[in-house]
Amino acid sequence: MTEPKRASPFRATMRRLLHHRLFVLGCVLFGLILLVAIFAPLIAPVDPNKLSMRMKFRPPGADFIFGTDNFGRSLWSRVVWGAQLSMFIGGAVVAINAVLGTAIGAAAGYFRRLDNALMRINDALMAFPAVLLAIGVTAVLGPSVNDVIIALAIVYTPRTARIVRSSVIVLREMEYVQAALAAGAGHWRILRRHILPNAMAPLIVQLSFLFAYAVLTEATLSFLGVGAVPPTPTWGNIMAEGRQYMTDAPWIITIPGAALMITVLGLNLLGDGLRDVLDPRLRIQQ
Amino acid sequence: MSLLDVRDLTTSFQTGGGEVTAIENVSFSLEKGEILGIVGESGSGKSVTALAIMGLLPRPPARVLGGSVRFEGQDLLTLSDRSMQRLRGPGIAMVFQEPMTSLNPVFTIGEQIMETIRAHESLSQKDSFARAVEMLEKVGIPAATTRMSDYPHQLSGGQRQRVMLAIALVCRPRLLIADEPTTALDVTIQAQILELLMDLRDEFGMAIIMITHNMGVIAETADRVLVMYAGRVVEQAPVGRLFDHPLHPYTRGLLSCVPTLDQDQDRLIAIPGSLPEPSRRPSGCRFSARCVHAIPACSDVIPPLEIFEQSHAAACIRVGDFA
Repeated sequence: MTEPKRASPFRATMRRLLHHRLFVLGCVLFGLILLVAIFAPLIAPVDPNKLSMRMKFRPPGADFIFGTDNFGRSLWSRVVWGAQLSMFIGGAVVAINAVLGTAIGAAAGYFRRLDNALMRINDALMAFPAVLLAIGVTAVLGPSVNDVIIALAIVYTPRTARIVRSSVIVLREMEYVQAALAAGAGHWRILRRHILPNAMAPLIVQLSFLFAYAVLTEATLSFLGVGAVPPTPTWGNIMAEGRQYMTDAPWIITIPGAALMITVLGLNLLGDGLRDVLDPRLRIQQ
Repeated sequence: MSLLDVRDLTTSFQTGGGEVTAIENVSFSLEKGEILGIVGESGSGKSVTALAIMGLLPRPPARVLGGSVRFEGQDLLTLSDRSMQRLRGPGIAMVFQEPMTSLNPVFTIGEQIMETIRAHESLSQKDSFARAVEMLEKVGIPAATTRMSDYPHQLSGGQRQRVMLAIALVCRPRLLIADEPTTALDVTIQAQILELLMDLRDEFGMAIIMITHNMGVIAETADRVLVMYAGRVVEQAPVGRLFDHPLHPYTRGLLSCVPTLDQDQDRLIAIPGSLPEPSRRPSGCRFSARCVHAIPACSDVIPPLEIFEQSHAAACIRVGDFA
């Protein structure tokens, strides 16, 4: 046997990821949208809500890269600021999910007594179709960006919790957990040091897909008119307004649609790549 | 006062088919620095005994129905979770059968040893590092300082078991429970690990409970032996006595299963039948169904463990007939 290289698992994983072409493509697509979102004030200095009736329905061209909409607002500005909002909502939902889903999943998986109660609540929430439940929650909370985030967190946390729980149930029985208990580790230390770090791989994959779902569902909600209220520039809002002018000014609906597609495609490729590399069962088949 | 005194320990498991007892009335004691071997087939209750002492039986489904486990005079079964947690490590430590999966794959071995130190003592990063390196050297890992930053997958099975020993021993336990510590290793490595265990016993003066199904391991290491069958202790004797004059038919069966170099044998002798499932144990003596010496009276009562001579005890009503 040759002496194995002294590489940390993290670095080895990074190397495999960078050799995964579709993962890299996904990163580029998603990274592009992310950069646009971060630098929105720089690349789209025109106020996305600035009305200019004389300029309405300008097709994409030299003056307006993406054209203008029915109120003469710069579509470039609106789509760019929409990207920022989408990324903010997606990021916030993922962050809340990561924390709550991990906490609930870990509690249910590790402490058997809590399992039944937590998972039945989970099941009840998962029984509703995502969009329907989100509409219900925003109907109660009201249509603002923060409420959309809360609604999406409520919709998707049960799914994350279930994934974390299933990993924790397997890891709880691992010999190194037993060994750590035998060495005098407490439950908190076991969870923090021995169980959660090993449950990260499926969670990270899930969160990357979740980001895509959150962006998509947010767009659906605002398209349906139950998301952030117009004139807030969200992709869903822009598309909802553009729908009426689809034949005369198709760019209004297609450009935010394309942005949405690029984001979701990028995240899905990224998630697929992560899953290919992080899932040991898939790795053996390669 | 004995270091460890286990009296009438009885535990059960809740299963789909009702509650079944895993071990019944297990009693033994252990002195400081002594090595007690516990032998038996898989499912005889060896590991359950060990986990019950450690307080690590999963509850539910497991339950301690009765008995006491006194460690340095303190009944562990009545101890709070918190006190028990403090005792694991510096008081009683344990090594497991599977060195391949007993280490956390995402942390370096150094981190894992230091974590155990920090769970029990407030040492600085530097001191716990030095202590971990010292321990790795003691268990025979060469180039310990550089090995500290290795991940478990970079070590061989034998090295991993050494690391497991280092983790178990780093807090200087008074009692080490080794649950089949060499089963997953190849024979030459087995011998090294056993030798290491004996050396460490001498150095630290700790007692060891050596759980195994390998009579050879027992002969090499143990001072005293406990033979378990279907959840009960069937024989207890000093190691020499047990090998020279086994009393219980099960022990004799086990010993005759071991091939010898003095005689030609075409076939190894085997005990007929297999260990009964806990829910289908026969009435009376648990071994009666497989015992060549069984008489009808054997299935009437469970024979108690009786001392015959020189602290040699067996649980068989026909012991007198064999002598």
